[in-house]
Amino acid sequence: MSWEPVIGIEVHVELMTASKMFCGCAVDFGGAPNTRVCPTCLGLPGALPVPNRTAIESIMAIGLALGCSVSERSVFHRKNYFYADLPKNYQISQFDIPVCSDGHLDIGVDGETRRIGIERAHMEEDTGKSTHLGSGGRIQAAEGTLLDFNRSGVPLVEIVSRPDIRSATEARVYAQELRAVVAELGVSDVRLEEGSIRFDANVSIRPDGEEAYGTKVEVKNMNSFRSLERAVDHEIRRQIELVESGGLVVQETRHWDEEAGVTHSLRVKEGSSDYRYFTEPDLVPMVMSPEWVAQIGDRLPELPAERRARYQSQGLEPGAAGSLSNLDDRLRVIYDEAVELGAPPRAVANWLTGEVVGWLRKSETAPDQLRLGAPDLAELVSMVDEGAVSSSAAKDVLDGVLSGEGSPREVAERRDLIQVRDTGALEAAVEQVLGANPKAVEELRAGEDKVLGFLVGQVMKATQGKADPRTVNQMIRDRVSG
Amino acid sequence: MHPMPIEIDIAHVARLARLELSDDELESYKAQLGVILEHAARVQSLRGEPHVEAAHPLGLVNAFREDTSRPSLDRDEVLAQAPSSLDGFFVVPPVLEVE
Amino acid sequence: MIASSVSEAGRLLRSGETTALALLEDALDTASRTEAQLHAFLTIDSDGAREMASQADADLADGIDRGPLHGIPVALKDNMCTRGVETTAASQMLAGYIPPYDATVVARLRSGGAVITGKTNLDEFAMGSSTENSAYGTTYNPWDLSRVPGGSSGGSAAAVAAGSSLLAYGSDTGGSIRQPAALCGVVGMKPTYGTVSRYGLIAFASSLDQIGPFARTVEDSALALSSIWGHDPLDSTSYPGPYPDPTAALDRGVDGLRVGVVTELSGEGFEPAVEAATADMVARLEKGGVEVSEVSLPTFDIALSAYYLIAPAEASSNLARFDGIRYGLRVDGSTTEELMARTRAEGFGPEVTRRILLGTYSLSAGYYDAFYGQAQRVRAAIQEDFARAYAEVDVLVSPTSPTVAFEAGARVADPLAMYLSDICNIPANMAGHPAISVPVGLDDAGLPIGFQVMAPALGEEVMYQVAAEVERLAAFSLSPPAHGAAS
Repeated sequence: MSWEPVIGIEVHVELMTASKMFCGCAVDFGGAPNTRVCPTCLGLPGALPVPNRTAIESIMAIGLALGCSVSERSVFHRKNYFYADLPKNYQISQFDIPVCSDGHLDIGVDGETRRIGIERAHMEEDTGKSTHLGSGGRIQAAEGTLLDFNRSGVPLVEIVSRPDIRSATEARVYAQELRAVVAELGVSDVRLEEGSIRFDANVSIRPDGEEAYGTKVEVKNMNSFRSLERAVDHEIRRQIELVESGGLVVQETRHWDEEAGVTHSLRVKEGSSDYRYFTEPDLVPMVMSPEWVAQIGDRLPELPAERRARYQSQGLEPGAAGSLSNLDDRLRVIYDEAVELGAPPRAVANWLTGEVVGWLRKSETAPDQLRLGAPDLAELVSMVDEGAVSSSAAKDVLDGVLSGEGSPREVAERRDLIQVRDTGALEAAVEQVLGANPKAVEELRAGEDKVLGFLVGQVMKATQGKADPRTVNQMIRDRVSG
Repeated sequence: MHPMPIEIDIAHVARLARLELSDDELESYKAQLGVILEHAARVQSLRGEPHVEAAHPLGLVNAFREDTSRPSLDRDEVLAQAPSSLDGFFVVPPVLEVE
Repeated sequence: MIASSVSEAGRLLRSGETTALALLEDALDTASRTEAQLHAFLTIDSDGAREMASQADADLADGIDRGPLHGIPVALKDNMCTRGVETTAASQMLAGYIPPYDATVVARLRSGGAVITGKTNLDEFAMGSSTENSAYGTTYNPWDLSRVPGGSSGGSAAAVAAGSSLLAYGSDTGGSIRQPAALCGVVGMKPTYGTVSRYGLIAFASSLDQIGPFARTVEDSALALSSIWGHDPLDSTSYPGPYPDPTAALDRGVDGLRVGVVTELSGEGFEPAVEAATADMVARLEKGGVEVSEVSLPTFDIALSAYYLIAPAEASSNLARFDGIRYGLRVDGSTTEELMARTRAEGFGPEVTRRILLGTYSLSAGYYDAFYGQAQRVRAAIQEDFARAYAEVDVLVSPTSPTVAFEAGARVADPLAMYLSDICNIPANMAGHPAISVPVGLDDAGLPIGFQVMAPALGEEVMYQVAAEVERLAAFSLSPPAHGAAS
C-alpha cells in the first residue's frame, strides 16, 4: 500500500508593533514579568479593547503578499475557553470573516515549483506565558505555575495553509519561505527561537489516489525548521506504521519531543473545545475599502520570490540567487549598487555570499557594522578580473578593506599583493622553471595537462606568489608548444 | 420554525462555565433553566427574516487606535490585588489541562 | 435639604449662599439618618468626598468653574471602577477589590468638580430587578420599607429619592435605571447606546449596557447626562459625534409633536393604577397639543425572550474573567481547573450563576442557532419595528414598569416573574435607543408610578422635551415618608 501524506501548516506571527493589539502597552521581548500590563491586557473588570490600526495594516500587507483577497468587511469574534494564561478566559480572534483569504505561496523543492494554497490569515491576540514550577519545567509534573502577562494582547496573525503540502521537506520549505516573506514586509522579527513566529502542522495520510482525507493529527512544539521537518517526517511514519498494523489514527494534538525524536499525545478533556464563538460586542466591524487596500498594496516591498527572479534575470544561477536573496538587507543593497556601477553580477554575488559572509562570521561582526561600500567591492572585482591581484590574494585584500585599511587598491599596494605582470621578469622565471623541470615539460608536451599546475606553482614560488597565475599559465603553454 | 425540544446537559454546561456545583444545585438550575428557556424559545416564533443584521445603533465601523505605546500599570498596584504572587509573577496551582 | 435640585444647588454655590462642603454635609447627614433602614450605599467615602468638596470650593473661589456638576454630591453604582475605592459589583467575587484605574465616566465627573460621596448597592453584577440579588444585603424602598426599590440600580434610585444624594449614576442593560427610577419616584434615563463610555463599567452585557443618571428633576437629568457623555477613545463602541444638546428643548413645550402609545405594553400583567396613570398623562399631553396615536410594535412581545438569550450569553463570557487568578476571591484547589471552578461557584450568587449557565447553554454547540442566533435575528427585527414606528411618530410612550414596587421576597423564588418586570424597558436597550422614566403620581398605597418616553437613537433632545412637559403636567412631589429621610 502506498501512502500520500497530506499536510497543512498553521503559522502564528507576532507583529512587531509599538503597542499591543487592543491596548497601549508596549510590545517588547523579555523584561521583568507583569511590567507591560494594563486593565485591558490583564482582563481587569471594566476594561475594553481598541484595535491597533498598524496591526490591521500589517495583516493586510501579509495577506496581499500572499496573494490573498482582503475582505471588504471583517469582524472580530470571541473564542471562549478557560486557561490560566488567558486573562479574560476568552481570546479576541476571528471566526468566519477573517481579514484575508484565498491566497497561495509558491515553493521550490528539488528544482520544481509547487503552489501551496493559503486558506486564510486572521487577526487575534496573544496569551500570557506560563512557567511551570518544579520538575524541570515539564507540564506533566509541575508543582505550580507562574504567570506573566507581558505577552498577553500582543498582535498575532494566524496564517492557515490548505492541506496541499505533500512531504516533510515541502513543509520545511513552505515554513522558510513564509518566514522570508513576512520578514521582508518588516512587520515581525520572525524569530523562531524567541517565539515571534510559531509553526503547527496538521498531518494525515491517505492511500495514493484516494480523494477523501484521513484523520488529521495536530503536531505542536517544533522550535526550528529542522525540528519541523523531523517532526512531520516522524508523524507521517508513525501514522503509516499505525495504520498498516491495523490501528486507527485518532484525531488529537501531539507534542514534538526534540530530544526523543517522537511525538507524544497530549491528554485532551472531552468536550472542552466548544469555543462558543460569537461576534465580539466590544468591537465594531472593520471596513477595508478598496482605496485602503490599494494603498497597502502599493507600499509592498519586493518579495523574496520577485527578488530571486530578478537576480536570475541578471544572470545568477537559481542557487546563487537563492543564497543572495537570503542575505541580510545590507549585503543585498551592496549587490544592487555594485551591479548598478557596472560590476558583473555573478562575481559580486559570489563575493558577498562567500567571503564577505565568512568574514562577518569569523570576526563576529553584525551586517550593519560592515565597512564595505559598493564601489570598493566593484573595484575589487575588477582588479581580479584584470589580473591586478590573484583570486587568492584578493581574499587578503578584502580582509584589509573590511578591517578599514582603505580601498582595495590601497590595501593591495600596502600589503604588497599586486601581481607581477611585467613580462620580462616573468619570462625569466618561466625560463628558469622550465629549464629545471625537463621531465615535466616533456609530459606537458605529450598532453598531460595536469603537470601544468605544478609548473605554474613553481613559477609562483619563484616569484613569491606575486606572479599572475593566468599570465604564467599562458606563457608556459606558449613556450612549450612553440 | 418548529419549537426546538429543550434538552439540557446541565453538568456539561456547568463544566464549560467552570462552575463546581453540587448535584442538588445542578438539578435545581436545570429545572429553572428549563422554564426560562421555554419562554426564551419564543424567539423562534419570529415570522420572516429581518433585512439587516443586528448592528450598533449608530452604525459605527473602523474604531482604531494609533500604534503608540502608553505607560503600563505600576506592577505593585497590579500585584496588590493578586491572591497569590511571587517575584513579580501571579501564582496558580499546576495547570494540567491543555486546551 | 439645602437645595432640592442640582440646578438650584448650582445657583446657590455660585451666588455664595452655600458651599460644596455644606452640600456634602447635608447629603451625608441624610445618609446617616436613612441608611440603617434603606441600605442604599455599600461604601460611603466621607474623607475622600470632603477633600473633593474642599477642592471644589477652593476652585470656585479662584474663579474656576468646572461646569454644572461642580461641587455637587454624586453617588455611583458600585459597578463603576473608582481608583483606590473598593468596587464590588455587589458580589463576593470582588469583596475588597480596589481598582487601579477610574472608569472614564468617573474621571469626567472628577474633572467636572463633582463630589463623589460613595458607591451604591445593586443586584450582583447588575443582574436583577429588585436589588435583592446583592451579596451584601438588599436595599429598601424609601416609600415603603417592606418593598424593593427595583433594580439593578436600586441603591442609586433610593439614595436620590431619600435625599442622601442630589444625583446618582447607575447602569441600564434591560431597564436597570428606568425601572428603579419608576419604583422610587425619581427621574432615570438610559442614553443612546454608544454615547456614554463603558470603559471602567464592570460589564454585564456589552451590547446593551449604558451608564445613566438618576435625578430629582428632568433638567437635572439632562445636566447630568451632558456632563458625562461624549466620545471616549478607550471604548471602541463610543460614538464620535456630533452630540445633540439634551437641555436645548426643555422649555419648548410639546405642541405639534407626535406621540405613539405602544399597544403591546398594556393589558395582562399591568396593574390598573399604572395603566390609569399612563392613560391620564397621555390625555393631558393630547390636550396640550400633542398628536396621539396607537402604535403597534409586534416584536415587543418576544423582546424579553430575545433579551434573556443575548444578555446572559454576553454576560457568561464577560464574567469568565473572574477565576481567582489575578484579583478577587480565590478558593484553593489542587489544580488551576479546580481553583477556578470552586472560586466561581462560591463567588457568584444564584441569579448570576443562573444567567451564566443560561448564556453558556445558548451559545453552545448545537444550540447556538436556535437560541442565540435566533435572538439576534429578533433583535434586528425589533430595530426594524422601531424604524417603522419613528417614521410616523416623534416619541413612543408607555408605563415604565407594569407594576409599582413589589414586596421584598415576592418574586425571588420565581425568576421568570422577576424578569417580566422589564418588559417595557428591554426594547429600547435592544435597539440602543434613549429612554427616560418620569414620575407621574402615586397609587392608592402611596407607591410611585413612572411614565416612560422613548426616542430614536440620538433623540435625547426630543425625549427631554417631552419628559419636561410630562414633569410639568404631573407636578409630582418627591416626598417619600420620612424614615429619617430629608424632604
